[in-house]
Amino acid sequence: MAIELKMPALSPTMEQGTLAKWLKQEGDRIEPGDIIAEIETDKATMEFEAIDEGVLEKILVPAGTEDVAVGAVIALIAGEGEAPAEAAPAPAPAPVPAPAPKAEKPTAAAASVADPAIPAGTKLVSTTVREALRDAMAEEMRADPRVFVMGEEVAEYQGAYKVTQGLLAEFGPKRVIDTPITEYGFAGIGTGAAMGGLRPIVEFMTFNFAMQAIDHIINSAAKTNYMSGGQMRCPIVFRGPNGAASRVGAQHSQNYGPWYASVPGLIVIAPYDAADAKGLMKAAIRCEDPVVFLENELVYGRSFDVPDVDDYVLPIGKARIVREGKDVTIVTYSIGVGLALEAAAKLADEGIDAEVIDLRTLRPLDKQTVLESLAKTNRLIVAEEGWPTCSIASEIISICMEEGFDHLDAPVLRVCNEDVPLPYAANLEKLALIDAARIAEAARKVCYK
Amino acid sequence: MAKKPAKPSASHADDSDFLLHSLQDAFEAKKRYAASDAEMLEFYRQMLLIRRFEEKAGQLYGLGLIGGFCHLYIGQEAVAIGLQSALDNERDSVITGYRDHGHMLAYGIDPKVIMAELTGREAGISKGKGGSMHMFSTEHKFYGGHGIVGAQVALGGGLALAHQYNNDGGLCLAYFGDGAANQGQVYETFNMAALWNLPIVFVVEDNQYAMGTASKRSSAETRFYRRGTAFRIPGMEVNGMDVLEVRAAAEVAFAHVRAGKGPVLMECNTYRYRGHSMSDPAKYRTREEVQEQRDHHDPIEGLKKTLIEAGKTEDELKAIDKAIRAEVAEAADFAETSPEPTPGELYTDVLVGEY
Repeated sequence: MAIELKMPALSPTMEQGTLAKWLKQEGDRIEPGDIIAEIETDKATMEFEAIDEGVLEKILVPAGTEDVAVGAVIALIAGEGEAPAEAAPAPAPAPVPAPAPKAEKPTAAAASVADPAIPAGTKLVSTTVREALRDAMAEEMRADPRVFVMGEEVAEYQGAYKVTQGLLAEFGPKRVIDTPITEYGFAGIGTGAAMGGLRPIVEFMTFNFAMQAIDHIINSAAKTNYMSGGQMRCPIVFRGPNGAASRVGAQHSQNYGPWYASVPGLIVIAPYDAADAKGLMKAAIRCEDPVVFLENELVYGRSFDVPDVDDYVLPIGKARIVREGKDVTIVTYSIGVGLALEAAAKLADEGIDAEVIDLRTLRPLDKQTVLESLAKTNRLIVAEEGWPTCSIASEIISICMEEGFDHLDAPVLRVCNEDVPLPYAANLEKLALIDAARIAEAARKVCYK
Repeated sequence: MAKKPAKPSASHADDSDFLLHSLQDAFEAKKRYAASDAEMLEFYRQMLLIRRFEEKAGQLYGLGLIGGFCHLYIGQEAVAIGLQSALDNERDSVITGYRDHGHMLAYGIDPKVIMAELTGREAGISKGKGGSMHMFSTEHKFYGGHGIVGAQVALGGGLALAHQYNNDGGLCLAYFGDGAANQGQVYETFNMAALWNLPIVFVVEDNQYAMGTASKRSSAETRFYRRGTAFRIPGMEVNGMDVLEVRAAAEVAFAHVRAGKGPVLMECNTYRYRGHSMSDPAKYRTREEVQEQRDHHDPIEGLKKTLIEAGKTEDELKAIDKAIRAEVAEAADFAETSPEPTPGELYTDVLVGEY
């Protein structure tokens, strides 16, 4: 029987890719180890290597096809001595590549309300979050020679998640510094460099690894200004992906937002879309205070409109109403914003008009925007991709109790991940993480529907 | 097994195993700095100021005027003075751990604002918000004063990176103790400092006890100068009880770093007479051991002997002591009588910006 060649997943988060090129043609003999095609992901072009032996019988997805879903059959190989051609392909699963992204992606991008700060008529450019972050860093590096980037694989590898792509070529190895795998050490060196007058951007490959460096983030960077009576500053940005990625298990899947947001002396930013990622990254780099900038790997590849203006900088500490509504407020941040917008779309079909607030900055928290929305809707839930205990959700609930009690028509509910280390198995992982359905359910509950 | 020399700065002739000894050879060739009389008197004055300041701080602690942790530098004075007298204060930077009073005094920072920080007053160098372990003077390029053991080594690596990045010709002097020498981040920093050729001198102030644990009970290799070997960092072992030796070693180390040859690891063998902090009764060592150091290795008495040999009189030196006692008394008086921070200071300096 013919062997089905399927579109490979070349990273834990890849769901689709472009079949860039076939390097073998129908009828060619294939040995294990032969490179048979080139596949483009949103990060890089990868070679697809054969592990089977036989003859390439049929190419089912032509070169140049975009959005080929992972797992789609792209070609058939006939084994040794098998009848060629017409025999096999019939029962193969739908060979036509079906673009099958998760529903939240397009709806999220589409439903998002434009930032009111952008003047009408501004040209908008569709940009991935990954590119927006890179553009922000590059612009600030052009503007200020003190700004430099350091971290694992940031230079020659172009970034483990390709966020620093192209920076080495433009700025050279003095300003784009590959470090050894030594988080505690390079976080300390970055912090010391900030104390010495530079403006470091320290990339953690993921914030999970920053646990090794958390002493410098908290004890060295956050407390310096206070302990020195305002004498010694530490203008540094610690950035990298945060929160659950996809199927990487417990040690690589954690939201540190609540951890850092509890520390006086730190600024904590966790944007969702590309425009906020760009505008807030630029603000973070210019900030005189140490900033923890929490990105999300699953969002890196998503495209959003970014205003095409010379210097797009957003204020730190301001939340944004991404969807206006009157019946219930959903407070959220980072990847939760997309899920909340998806939930809001479902709720709208049922006649519930939800307002969605993207906190954007976790410290200092924009209480005013939250409380004003509560005063309008009288019902509030918090959606957070993270554990429930001592969470941002807990904090928002406290604020509502202390300062918004009179406006509440229902208890504030939180929709968080399950209170367990993140499991690996696909079904369990799905059970552990928040989703739009759970957010919608909580919204119905506080609306007593 | 390599045994640590019984006394600081034993001969290196027997340490043929250590390969990165080029700086030690240069140092051994001229082991004592040829100080002028004026320089020697200034070293004497500075070391004595640290000694008297610390004695007074101990006294104020006992009176309850200084709280929390207070780590005294008594016995170790020659290290800070020998090294920092060789710095170029226009461009070099210094960072240390929590035993930091001496390093600040070595800069000539007013003892009044240091003592006022110890008593938690608004006039203190950190406005009373830092305390003994957290003092800074960016004006002097003194970057603290850090309470987490070993953290200052990585931070010092960052200061050195800034010197290199700005191409300002400066170097960073990063002090840490024999206890901190066992922290992992010290070696992470050694690796990057050597890899990137950073202008930094790592100084292990080996006072022989990591809190209450003797180095031989906590360190597999107690010759700390050898610990840069795996990173190709040359080592030096220096008698930290002799200010002229420390100064001579500083000249060799700084010249190496300024020539763009990368980091140096210097071990200064020294001894603290007091406990680790004021709350340490120091039961882990004998009274005789401390007395032996005081009687035979005291850095101030040692320099005094050299000064007398050079023709100075007891009276001249006594006059210096008298002036220092008056200066320290004045600092203590200032620190006791100046006001505490206003309650509003609680909320200032948390962040620089307004958001």
